[in-house]
Amino acid sequence: MAAEGTSGPGAWSPGSVAAAASKHNVTSFQRRGPRASGTESGGCRLVSIAGTRPSVRNGQLLVSTGLPALDQLLGGGLAVGTVLLIEEDKYNTYSPLLFKYFLAEGIVAGHTSLVASAKEDPADILQGLPAPLLDDNCKKELREDVHNDETSEFNSKMKIAWRYQLLPKMEQAGPVSSSKFGHYYDASKKIPRELIEASKWHGFFLPEKISSTLNEEPCSLTPGYIKLLQFIQKIIYEEGFDGSNPQKKQKNILRIAIQSLGSPLWGDDVCCTKNCDNSHSLTKFLFVLRGLLRTSLSACLITVPTHLIQNKAIIARITNLSDTVIHLESFIGSNRETNPLYKDYHGLIHIRQIPRLNNLMYDVSDVKDLAFKLKRKLFIIE
Amino acid sequence: MFPELNDLLNASPDRAEPGKLTLLCDAETDGSFLVHHFLSFYLKADCKVCFVALVQSFSHYNIVGQKLGVSLTTARERGQLVFLEGLRSAVDVFFRAEGEAHPLHFLREAKAASLQPLYEFVREALEPVDQREAAWKRPVLLVDDLSVLLSLGVGAVAVLDFVHYCRACVCCRLQGNIVALVHDSGDAEDEESDVLLNGLSHQSHLVLRAEGLATGFCRDVHGQLRVLWRTPSPPAQRGRSLTFQYKIQDKSVSFFAKGMSPAVL
Repeated sequence: MAAEGTSGPGAWSPGSVAAAASKHNVTSFQRRGPRASGTESGGCRLVSIAGTRPSVRNGQLLVSTGLPALDQLLGGGLAVGTVLLIEEDKYNTYSPLLFKYFLAEGIVAGHTSLVASAKEDPADILQGLPAPLLDDNCKKELREDVHNDETSEFNSKMKIAWRYQLLPKMEQAGPVSSSKFGHYYDASKKIPRELIEASKWHGFFLPEKISSTLNEEPCSLTPGYIKLLQFIQKIIYEEGFDGSNPQKKQKNILRIAIQSLGSPLWGDDVCCTKNCDNSHSLTKFLFVLRGLLRTSLSACLITVPTHLIQNKAIIARITNLSDTVIHLESFIGSNRETNPLYKDYHGLIHIRQIPRLNNLMYDVSDVKDLAFKLKRKLFIIE
Repeated sequence: MFPELNDLLNASPDRAEPGKLTLLCDAETDGSFLVHHFLSFYLKADCKVCFVALVQSFSHYNIVGQKLGVSLTTARERGQLVFLEGLRSAVDVFFRAEGEAHPLHFLREAKAASLQPLYEFVREALEPVDQREAAWKRPVLLVDDLSVLLSLGVGAVAVLDFVHYCRACVCCRLQGNIVALVHDSGDAEDEESDVLLNGLSHQSHLVLRAEGLATGFCRDVHGQLRVLWRTPSPPAQRGRSLTFQYKIQDKSVSFFAKGMSPAVL
């Protein structure tokens, strides 16, 4: 199944209702069509941005989560303008991986990243990203890319099979990236330093931001959330992700990743008591954040330690307020660890919610609960 | 608008009954298809619609509306539709200067007390002002969904008050209709949500309740819909409740009796 994740948009052919039916349609032709022309085929109709592709279901622009198998489960990828909420596993072992894959994918695809955390310095998080597994051609291209744009263009021309040269080249490769949608990563290696240096990113580290001012206007949100919202809004506005500067040459995607939102470090007490005073902070934050995302070219991934939240009602509300929700459940410390059925796996991944976008129905995948395992290098979902 | 649902409810755009509160409720599934149904239903019925949309963006409703045969853009230009886009307004309220009155002003307040600005907005939107407005048959208020208000820090009682005011204004005085969606939180122990749901069920004339299947996810049956008539009329249907199963398709929803899915027959 993990291998199928690379098959690209062809796996979700338009018109076919049942997912099973569409699987039969994955002939070599269907598969190659969208791949050969890359993201451009429909992208030129919308906005052509590296590392994105339009959804065949609802016309939304999709970005990869950095995990092709997960993309496939979510109906092709994460739609731009939506929130992906990851409920952390109990010991927080595997959710940081998804978090890092998401960021690494953004860096490889040349997107701008925004990392927010209350725990680790964003710069450190970026240093610890997994290295992309590119095939040799790509790797060479990438290395030279960093130094010289000209040669890379030449290089990629050589690489393409002769019959594809006839196709009009619609998209200029970004400065760093391979514009392919979705990559595999080697979790045992760190991302090359030059890639990070070449990429554009903003860090929001709560302890740095919060110390400066203490007297705020009275508002129902915790100060940390207000700061973060203002920070995100400033970046979206200043760098034209809201489409306010149409004269900007290259449109890009902003990837927002927020770590352990709602944990006590954010100054939120939903994790501590059942009936807290500002229990609406988190839900309000999510609502305004979603408003920001819907009006801009950005996608957001949030991890939330839901097992810490005392009040079940808040979890239900958080789920209702985000678009896609997946839950990670690791086997560490549970009796499933010894269950022979699961002996090859490290945990389960539950898909709690899939958004309905521009559509009455959502992308139906056959299974909602899947198992994952972490190999030495790869994170595999099946 | 789903013709099959109209048949089940014995309604059609030509003869929509005035003064009714319809409660849409979803439990462990997504009931938004009902909202899309009523939105297109009332737009086709030439009603003046005020749509308080807190969940999705305008373009989402517009694109789905087009699949169901109505254009929200033209309706808005003609003045038939007044659209309050919650997500966009939230950003405006939150980041713009203070002082301006906004229907969602409670977002800024530390203790969100009342929904009065929102009610004023609805009243102004639906109040007939001149002769041209009279071209529309009757006013309709549509809310998607009320549970979001709870998440935004409004108390359940405040939301019930809001609905009550709207009912007095829209249903009684202007002889219009109200349709509102709420989530049933089920076993999530959400007290406020339970208060809201019970209070609304008590007030409403017709309850449509979409539920996920008890047996879990299924590809051919997406859920079941319970219909409960609480109105005095028509007498034959008073207190009657019906259960159907449904399957959502690309442009419509098909309903069938329990266990009678075409896929299993």
